[in-house]
Amino acid sequence: MFDTLQEIYHSLMQSKMRTIATGFAVASGLFLLIVLQGAGNGIINTFEESMGNFAFDAINVYGGRTTMPYEGIKEGREIRLDNRDVDMVKSAFPHKVKDIMPVAEVSGGMASRDGKYSSGTISGVMPDYSITGAIKITKGRFINNIDIAEERKVIVLSDRQQADLYTKKEEPINSIINIGNVCYKVIGIYKADEMRNSNTIYAPYSTISTIYQKGEFIDELTMRIKNIPTEADMETFIDEYTRVSSRIHSFNPEDKSALWVWNQARDNIQMQMAENILHNAFWILGLLTLISGIVGVSNIMLISVKERIREFGIRRAIGARPWNIISMVMLESIIITAVFGYIGMTIGVLFCEWMDATVGNTTIDVGITQQRVFVDPTVDISTCVSATIVIIIAGALAGFFPARKAVKVKPIDALRG
Amino acid sequence: MIHLRNINKTYNNGTPLHVLKGIDLDIKKGEFVAIMGASGSGKSTLLNILGILDNYDEGEYILADTLIKNLSETKAADYRNRLIGFIFQSFNLIPFKDAVENVALPLFYQGVSRRKRNALALEYLDKVGLKDWAHHYPNELSGGQKQRVAIARALITQPKIILADEPTGALDSKTTIEVLDLLDELHRQGMTIIVVTHELDVGKRADRIINIIDGQVFTGKSEYQENGKTK
Repeated sequence: MFDTLQEIYHSLMQSKMRTIATGFAVASGLFLLIVLQGAGNGIINTFEESMGNFAFDAINVYGGRTTMPYEGIKEGREIRLDNRDVDMVKSAFPHKVKDIMPVAEVSGGMASRDGKYSSGTISGVMPDYSITGAIKITKGRFINNIDIAEERKVIVLSDRQQADLYTKKEEPINSIINIGNVCYKVIGIYKADEMRNSNTIYAPYSTISTIYQKGEFIDELTMRIKNIPTEADMETFIDEYTRVSSRIHSFNPEDKSALWVWNQARDNIQMQMAENILHNAFWILGLLTLISGIVGVSNIMLISVKERIREFGIRRAIGARPWNIISMVMLESIIITAVFGYIGMTIGVLFCEWMDATVGNTTIDVGITQQRVFVDPTVDISTCVSATIVIIIAGALAGFFPARKAVKVKPIDALRG
Repeated sequence: MIHLRNINKTYNNGTPLHVLKGIDLDIKKGEFVAIMGASGSGKSTLLNILGILDNYDEGEYILADTLIKNLSETKAADYRNRLIGFIFQSFNLIPFKDAVENVALPLFYQGVSRRKRNALALEYLDKVGLKDWAHHYPNELSGGQKQRVAIARALITQPKIILADEPTGALDSKTTIEVLDLLDELHRQGMTIIVVTHELDVGKRADRIINIIDGQVFTGKSEYQENGKTK
C-alpha cells in the first residue's frame, strides 16, 4: 500500500500544476455544492419558521351562506353545522380523518378582573385543539379530557390578555376571571402569535356549549386528516366532503359558499412541495457544478494517461498486469478528488457557518413581525457524507475509463509511445 | 528453451502485410543467438512475439515448456515478468525513478517487499558496476550506464531468457563494447540470450546467427560470412 501511494505521489508530483488545477476544479465544485445546500437550507428553514404557526394536518370547516337555490329553498340561507356533521365525518371518512373536533364560539366576550377588562372571542374547544391550532402553552396547561367531561369552568388566556388583566407581579394561574357573569378559573397562558388572533379565550367545548345553549349546533369543525398526500387528493376529499355535507344540510353540492373551509393542510402540502422543489433545485445546481469538476478530473486524467502511455508500456513489459495500471490510475484520481474535495467541503462548511453567524442573525421588519431572513443556513452531516461518496465514485470513474483505454493498447504499441 | 513452429504474423493496417511467413526456430538453453536482418525483414516483429509483447496468427511458440498462445494480457504480463528480461535500444527506464527503483520495479509487480527488492536491486547494480550510481536518476546517467541499469533490471527476476533489441543501437563504440562484454559475461554464466541487431560486431559475439530475410529464416550458407567479406 505504501509503495502504491509512493508511486502515486511521484506521478502527481511529476506535473504539479496539473494536479493543482484538477484539485481546484474539484474543490470549487464541492465548495459550491455545500454552499448552495447551506443557502437552500437557510431559505427552507426561514420558510418553515414563518409557517410554523400553522397546523400541518388541520382543516377547519365553518357554516356559510348558500348562493344557489336548491330543492325549492331560496338562496341566501345560512348553514349551521351540528352534531350530524361529526357523525357524518366519522362514518364517511374513517380512513382520511383521524380526529374530528367540534368548536363552540362566542364572539365579543368581555373578560374582567378587578376592574380591568380584555375583550376576546371565547372558543370552546377539545383538548387536541392545541395541536391543530398550533397553540403554544407558556404557563399552566391547556384544556384536558376531564375538563370536557366535567364541563369545568376553566379558561386559557393569551399572554396579551394576561398583560391586560394582571400586573407583572400577579400570578394568573388559578385566579378567577369573570366573563358574562360566569366565573372561570385560569388554568394556562398561551403565547399569542403574530399571524392570528391573540385575543381568543380557550375553554372546554362542553362548558361553552352548555353555558351558551348551543344545543346540537356547532360553530366550527376541526378535522385532522391523514393519507392525503397530494393536492389532487385534497381536492377530491374536499369535493366528497362537500357532497356528503350537502345532503345533510340540503344545499347544492356545487355551491362553494355554503361551507367555508380553511384548509391549513393544503397549504402545508403546497409548502412541502415548494420546499421539495427548492431542495431538489439546490441539489441539482450543486451536482452540476460538482459534475463539471469531475469532468475536469476525467479530462485531465485522460491527458495524463496519454502522456504516460510509454511509461505504462515499460511497466507492462516488465510485468505489470492491466489491473495494476488501472488501479494505479484510479487510485490517483480518487486521491486527487478526495483530498481536494475534502478541502472544498471544509471551506464550504466554514463558509456556511460564517453565513450563519452573520446573515443568519439579521432580521427584517415585515410590518406585523420581525422576520429572520436566513435561518440556520448550514448543511447536515448526511449531505457531507453523500457528497463524499459521490466524489469518490466519480473520481474512480474519472480514472477508470482513461486507464482502461490505455491498457487496451498492445504493450508493444505502448512502448513505442 | 525456445521452440517456434511455423509462426505467421500479418499486420492489418489498411493493406494486409504478411510480416512473418512461417518461422521455424529452436534455441537451446544457454545459447547466445543473434537475429539479424535488414530493416523490414520482420526481425523486430519476431522479437516482439518472443517477448510476448505482440501476438501471432498461426503456429506454435513454446517458451520454457510453456505454450505461449492466445494469452490474456494478465497472463502475458506474468510470463513476461517471470520468464523474460528485456533490454531495449532506448533503455526504457522510468525517468522519475532512481536506478535502484528502476531495477527493483519488476519485483514490485511480484509483490516482493520494498526492503527486500531494494536490497536485491542494489546487489544487481553492483554486478553491472553501478553501485555508486544507485540513487541517480536516469537523466543523470550516461547512455552506457542507463543500459547497464536496464540490464540489471532485466536480470533481477532471474528470467529464463534475455531479449535484447538493438542493445547498442544508441551507444558509442566504447560503451558498446562495455555492454557487449556484460552480455558475454552473462552468457558465460549460462544465460540464454537473444539479440536482435543489424550490427555485425554484435552478431560476431553470438554462438549462432539467424538471418531473417523477407519474413523467413534464411537457411542458405553462412549469410553472415558473406556479409563479413563485403564489409
